Order: sequence, then structure tokens, then C-alpha cells
Amino acid sequence: MSETLLRVEDLSVYYGVIQALKGISFSVNRGEIVSLIGANGAGKTTTLHTITGLIRAKSGHVFYKDAEITRVPAHKIVTMGMSHVPEGRRIFQNLSVYENLLLGAYSRKDKKEIEGNLEMVFRQFPRLEERRRQLAGTLSGGEQQMLAMGRALLASPELIVLDEPSMGLSPLLVGEVFEIIKSFRAAGKTVLLVEQNAKMAMAISDRAYVLENGLITMSGDAKALAEDDRVRKAYLGA
Amino acid sequence: MEFLSALLNGFSSGGTYAIIAIGYTMVYGIAKMLNFAHGDIIMVGGYAMFVALVFNQPLVALAFAILACMLLGITVERLAYKPLRGASSLAVLITAIGVSSLLQSLAQIIFGAAPKMPTQFMINGAITLGTFRINYSTLVTLAVTVVIMTALTVFVKYTKTGRAMVAVSEDRGAAQLMGINTNRIIAITFAIGSALAAVAAYLMLMKAPTLSSTLGAMPGIKAFTAAVIGGIGSIPGAMLGGVLLGVIESLALSVPQLAPFTDAIEFAVLIVILLVKPAGLLGKARREKV
Repeated sequence: MSETLLRVEDLSVYYGVIQALKGISFSVNRGEIVSLIGANGAGKTTTLHTITGLIRAKSGHVFYKDAEITRVPAHKIVTMGMSHVPEGRRIFQNLSVYENLLLGAYSRKDKKEIEGNLEMVFRQFPRLEERRRQLAGTLSGGEQQMLAMGRALLASPELIVLDEPSMGLSPLLVGEVFEIIKSFRAAGKTVLLVEQNAKMAMAISDRAYVLENGLITMSGDAKALAEDDRVRKAYLGA
Repeated sequence: MEFLSALLNGFSSGGTYAIIAIGYTMVYGIAKMLNFAHGDIIMVGGYAMFVALVFNQPLVALAFAILACMLLGITVERLAYKPLRGASSLAVLITAIGVSSLLQSLAQIIFGAAPKMPTQFMINGAITLGTFRINYSTLVTLAVTVVIMTALTVFVKYTKTGRAMVAVSEDRGAAQLMGINTNRIIAITFAIGSALAAVAAYLMLMKAPTLSSTLGAMPGIKAFTAAVIGGIGSIPGAMLGGVLLGVIESLALSVPQLAPFTDAIEFAVLIVILLVKPAGLLGKARREKV
């Protein structure tokens, strides 16, 4: 059993009186790709937002590298080595591609390493280098997703949290995005992935959790889970 | 020639409006609130300079006022507005109006209701060429305006903190995910806006040495109008709106038949511009995110 990087324990989150997460527990091991799958409104995005500090939990705990981060503000969690690529990309439209990438490295002081990471991101996403002076808001949807992922890489994270990275992209680009996610794991990073496209998410994941109405109802090896009848009916359209 | 003097005077008073409007627009863009106490920061700046006249150096008094206003701006934000992050914008607006009347009342209690006349900040004299005449104070205001606008533009465009400000104004949550401490950026924004308010107080007392608890009220409303004309949230918009409003005001004042209606003309311009461009001249129509 490899080292646990992220551990969520009995997490509950409310929006006003509505309980969005009803005490969920799960973990992500170093070097894994772990998927959270579930229908709209199941609580996937809420889970990610609570982990990275954008939403406060009512009760429960989040541990990252054995430190409790449940009440740590979002801007400090980034510095601990966790990057969140939010749903809808949320790149800064009025800033250039280059400026967006620099903001990804906002909390870092190691200038040389930042330069190295920039070159690495440009090697992986050549389109971003071609368009480095262009305003990010003028990029296509696929390029914006590349920018959002490149920006997250510039924080030099160990754990990358991805929320619906394939949303709204053409089938060709969807395939490309999943290849990129696999490349993160190959580069030694750990990935927590939320996806509507459960089929492709399960295909690249090591393990998966199924979230329904704020509860984790199934979990296990991604390949095995993809064979499960209930999962196939509900999420894989079989 | 008279037209030219009126135009230059307009650029000058418009510069003062722009300097104040930048405070409104930056706070709106970054903290997403209308700080209706901003005009009263100008007034506090005026009294701070008045108090600091014990040093008998107008520029030392200005430096003191800038520091005092920055401190006040940060304190007001921390005590009155920060607890309301996430509250309804109406609650924040009412609070800002409350802060405004609190500051005015405090000034009256401390300094009395009768205006002070600190003439030490005045710059007299003018350049006269035939019928063309321009006051030194107008030229100083123009120069200060240009320097401030250039410095601010460079700051926002080329510094890390400036970029963080753009990021926070565009998407506070995403900015936090970059590691930006948004509370710190909001505090810096209030500090900059308040420092500019102190500068505006100096420019105003340079032309007319009447200091009372309502010093900032009318300029505050005019500058807010300027910020809205330019597109609230946009720094270039505040600059453009301020200068435009100043020029309109000055030209209206230079025509005897129009002079009594100057304020009405200015606010009419606001209404017309908002009818044609609801987001202001340089404002972007905002998509409401759910």
C-alpha cells in the first residue's frame, strides 16, 4: 500500500440549510489518478472546493500529507503543493496567456525553477507559447483548458485537482485532455479528477468513488467498478 | 483663448475628479462594493493636513495626510466592511453610508462646525499671455494627475501585486486558487484609494482654502459620477470619466447662461451616457455568474 497523500474524513458541508455533503470519507494515494464520479448535483464540485479551501466544512476533516487543512485558507493550501483547476477553467480573461501562467506561480519565490516550469509548460502546450501575448479571453475553449492546466502546473503541485476538464470540448480535444492527465501521473504527480465523462475518467483512473446525493455509495478499483452493473447503468450508458 | 483656458481648467479639475474616481472604481472592481465613505476620506485628509501644519511645511503635511488616510482606509475596511464579505450588497452600502456620516460627525465634534481656512496650501499666481490666463495651481494639478495616472497604470500592468489586483477583480475564487491572499489585496486597494484621496484634498485646498466636514461630499459624488460614466471597475474608465466631467463642468461654467445649471448638465450627461452605454464608456457588460 503506497503512501496516502490526501485523506478526507466524514466531511459534511451545508449551503444554508441544505446539506450538500453528508459525511464522506475517501483517500488519494501518492502517484494515483482517483476519480469522483456522479450525477449533476451529487456534490463533486463541492467536495473539491472544500478540499482546496474555497468552501468551509461544517464538520469532518481533510488531511494533506498528514497535516490537517480543513480550515486552512485556499491561498495557503496552494503553497502546500495542491493545485485546483476549477470547473469552467476560470482563467483570467483580461490578462495575457503569459500573465495567467505567472499568476500560477504567484506564491513561489524560486525564479529559476519558475522559468524551468514555464519552459516545460510551453513544451507540453506549444499553442500557449504561440499565443503568450494574447489575452486569455480570446483563446478557444480547448486552449483555455490547456492554459488552466498549465497555470496549475506552475504552482509546481504534487496533487492536481481537476474539475470537469473535458466539459464543452470536442471529442478530439477530450481525448487530448485525458492524455494530458495521464502524463501528469507519468511525471510523478497525483491526480484527483471529477468528470461527467465517467467512461473515459474510469479508463485512465486507478481507483474511483461514486458520489450520490452527498454520499459515497461505491468505491474501488476503477476497472472493476467500470464492470459493475449499477455503475454501467447509471453512469456509463450501458 | 477663453475657450482654451476653460478647457485647461476643465482638464485640471477633471484630474482631481479622476484621482478620486480611481478610489471608487478600484474598490468597486476588487472588493465589489461601493465605498460611499470615500469622499469623507478626502475630508479627513484635509483635516490631517490642517493638523500637520504645526510643522509649517505643506508637503510634510501632505505626507502626513497620505499616511493617515491609508491607515484610516485600511482600518475602516477591516472593521466595517470585512465582516460583511458575502453579505448582501445592500448591507455593505448602508454600512458605507454609516461610515460616511460617522466620519463627518467626528470631524465636527473635533474641529467644530465652522470651516477652517488653511491658506498655507494655496498656490497663487498665473501665467498670462494676452487674454490667455492659466493659474499655477491648474498646472500643478495637471502635472500631479499625469504622474499619478502613469504610475498607477504601470503598477497595475507590470507588478506582481498589480496583476493580482486584476485577477481578484475578475474572479476572487480563482485568484485564491493561485495563492493570492485576497484580503491583503483588498487592504492594499483601500490603502491606495485613500492615499489618492489625501492627494485630492491637497489639490482642492490648493485652489480654495475652505475646510469643513463636508469638504469631500460634493467632489465625492461628482467623482462617483465620473467613475460610473467611465465604467465602474475600470481604472482607465475612471480617468476618462473624471477628465470628461471636469471639462464639461468647466465649459458650462464659462458660459454665463449655462453656469447656474452646471451640476444639472453634468448629471444629465451621466444619464445620457448610461442610456446609450449602460456599463459606462469603457466598462464591460458583466455576465452574472451563478
